[in-house]
Amino acid sequence: MSETITFTIDGKKIPAKKGQTIIRAAEEAGVYIPRLCWLKDLIPGGACRVCTVLVNGRPQAACTQPAAGGIVVQNETEELFRWRKNIVAMLFVEGNHYCMFCEKSGNCELQAVAYRFGITAPKYPHQFPQRAVDASHPDVLIDHNRCILCWRCARTARVKDGKPIFGVVNRGIDSQLAVGPEQLGETELKATDKAVEACPVGALMKKRVGYAVPVGKRLYDHEPIGSDIEKAGNPA
Amino acid sequence: METTGSKLKRVVIEPVTRVEGHGKVTLHLDEEGKLHDARLHIVEFRGFERFIQGRPYWEVPVLVQRLCGICPVSHHLAAAKAMDMIVGAEKLTPTGEKMRRLMHYGQTLQSHALHFFHLVSPDLLFGFDADPAVRNVIGVAMKHKDLAVQGVMMRKYGQEIIKATAGKKIHGTGAIPGGINKSLSLEERDGFLKGLGQIKEWAEGALALARKYTEDHLKELAGFGSFDSNHLSIVREDGAMDLYDGNLRAIDSEGKKIFDQVAPVDYLKHIKEEVRSWSYMKFPFIESLGTEKGWYRVGPLARVNTCDFIDTPVAEKERKELLQLTNGKPNNITMAYHWARMIELVHSLEKIAELLNDKDLQGSDLVVQGERRHEGVGILEAPRGTLFHHYRVNDDDQIEMANLIVSTTSNNEPMNRAVTSVAKQYFDGRAVTEGMLNRIEVAIRAYDPCLSCATHALGRMPLTVAVYDHQGKLLDRVVREGE
Repeated sequence: MSETITFTIDGKKIPAKKGQTIIRAAEEAGVYIPRLCWLKDLIPGGACRVCTVLVNGRPQAACTQPAAGGIVVQNETEELFRWRKNIVAMLFVEGNHYCMFCEKSGNCELQAVAYRFGITAPKYPHQFPQRAVDASHPDVLIDHNRCILCWRCARTARVKDGKPIFGVVNRGIDSQLAVGPEQLGETELKATDKAVEACPVGALMKKRVGYAVPVGKRLYDHEPIGSDIEKAGNPA
Repeated sequence: METTGSKLKRVVIEPVTRVEGHGKVTLHLDEEGKLHDARLHIVEFRGFERFIQGRPYWEVPVLVQRLCGICPVSHHLAAAKAMDMIVGAEKLTPTGEKMRRLMHYGQTLQSHALHFFHLVSPDLLFGFDADPAVRNVIGVAMKHKDLAVQGVMMRKYGQEIIKATAGKKIHGTGAIPGGINKSLSLEERDGFLKGLGQIKEWAEGALALARKYTEDHLKELAGFGSFDSNHLSIVREDGAMDLYDGNLRAIDSEGKKIFDQVAPVDYLKHIKEEVRSWSYMKFPFIESLGTEKGWYRVGPLARVNTCDFIDTPVAEKERKELLQLTNGKPNNITMAYHWARMIELVHSLEKIAELLNDKDLQGSDLVVQGERRHEGVGILEAPRGTLFHHYRVNDDDQIEMANLIVSTTSNNEPMNRAVTSVAKQYFDGRAVTEGMLNRIEVAIRAYDPCLSCATHALGRMPLTVAVYDHQGKLLDRVVREGE
C-alpha cells in the first residue's frame, strides 16, 4: 500500500504517491510542466532542465525531484517562463533545426514547446555546427543536426529494448550522441524498437515514412503541446 | 531623378519595376559608340544542388521547393516525380496522380494570374511610356478596380487549391515519393465547384484582354524584342499540351521537330548547359545544334507552339487563333507570351473543372512503390517553362548528386536576345533614357522571369542598366531602386 501525500503547485492541491516525482504527480493531476527529456514510464534523465520549477523557492528539475508532503511548488511564474524559454531558444541555435522542411515538423516536441512558449524567431546567434547524418542503417537514420541530447533514445534502448546501443562522446558543447560501433547500421537496432519512437525531435527516425501524415493531421497542428494533460485534469 | 557626378548618372524612379528578383542589364558599345551587345545578369547563385547532398531523398520534395515562394509547387512536384522513380513507382494511383495534377493546375492558375494582373496589366492598360507613378498595380487598382480585385480573387482560388492538395498555401508537403498524402474531401470539392464559374468568367475576360491587346498592337509588338528561336516543352504522347507530365519535344522557329518524345531520363542526351564567365546562370542548349544555334525558349508561348493541340475546348480555340497570327507557324513574337499565358490560365481552369468532377480525388489509395532505383528525373512544365530535376541516391537513401535546370535558366539566352533587340532599337549611343529602360523591362517581363528564384518581394526589386565602352569603361549607370 503506497502512502499518499499532498503538496501544492501554484496553489492547487496535488495528491502524490510517496516517491513519485513532481512532474509525474503533476501530470496525473492535470498540471502540465513543460519538458523535453522526460518520458512517462522511463527513468528520468534530468538533461534538458525545461521542467525546472521552484520548490519552496529553489529551482529544481521536476522530473528528478521527488514530491514531498507539504512542499510549495511554483510552475507558472514569469521568471520560470523566462528561464525555460531561454533554454529552448538555446537548443534551437545550438544545433541545426530547420523546421520548415523537417519531416518531424508538426510532430516535434521541441517545435511544439517553442510554439507554446511563443518563440517564433531565433533569439541567440546560430552556431551552425558541422554535424553528420548517419544513414547506414537500412531502416533508421540519425540526423545529428537535430539531436538535443535528451538521451531518451539511450535510456529507452537500454531499459525497454534491452540494447545498450547509444551513448555519449565528447564533453560540453561538443557532446554528441554516439553508437557502440562506428555506425548505426552495425548495431542491433530494429525499426520497431521503442528507442526509435522515443526521440522527441527529428534526430532518430524511421526511414521512408516522412511527410506521410498531411499538414492538419499532425500531432500539434491544432492544439499546443500539453493540452491533453490539462484537459484530462480539468474535464469540462 | 537625381544625378551624381558627371559620368555616373543615378536615376531613382518610384514606384519601382515589376520584375521578380534582382536584375542587371549591361550594354557594351563598340569603338564607334554603337551597341555591340546587351547582357542580362542575374544573381542566381543558390547552392541547393550542393547542400542537399547527404539529405534523405524523401525530404527533397519539401526541401527544394524552398527555392521559390511564387511557384514552389513546381519544385515540389518535379522533385516528387524524380523520387517516384527512386521508389520504383512506375505509375501512380489515380488519386495520387490526379491530386498532384490538381495541385499543379491550381499553381499555374495563381502564378499566371499574379503575373498578368499584378505585374503586366499596368503596361498593357496604361502603355509603356505612362507615368510610372500610375503604371503599377496600385494604378490598376485605382482605375480598373474590378480587374485588380479579380487578380486577387483568382490567386486566392489557386492558393486554396494548393492548400487543399499540399496542406499549405506555400511550401506544403502533399506530394511524397510514390504518391500523395491526402485526398480531397467532398466539402473541399464542393467549395471549389461553387466558386469555379465566377473564376472561369474572369479568366476568360483576362484572356480576351490579352488577345485584344496583342491583335490591336500587332504591328508594334511584332518588331518588339522578337526573334526567331527554337521552342521546347514536354508534350503528352499524343502531342497534346500537358503541364504535369509527358516527353520532351523541341521545334525550330518554323515548326520543324528537332527531337520528339524524348523520355525525361534521356534529357541529358539532348540538352547541355554552357557556362559563361559573366553570369551565375548557365545557358542551356540543344546539343545537336551547338551553343550558337541550340538555345531555345520555354514557357507559355513555347508550349502553345510545340503542342499539336490542347485537350480543353476554350484554350484549344484560342491556341488556333494565336497561331493564325503567324499563319499556323510557330509564333516568335515575344509579347505574344502574354496571350499564350492567358490561354494556359483558362486551360488550367478547364482542367481543374474536369478534375473536381472526378471521383478519383476522393480515393484512399494514395501511394505506390516498386523496385528501388538509384537515379530519378522529374520534368514538368512550371508556369515559367520546362523544369528539370535530376537526382542520384545512394544505397543509404542519401542524395549523392542533384541537377536542376529551372525555366528562367532556359530562357536566359532568349531574354538576352530580347534585351539586345530592344536596346538596339532604342539606345541613342549616349545615355540610358527612361523610354528605353521601360522597354527593356517590358521585354524581360514578357518571359515572367523568376530572376533569383527566391527573393520575391512584389514590385520592390531593382533593375540596373549600365553602359560600357569598348574598353570596358563605365559610361552610364541607371538604377531603379528596390528596397
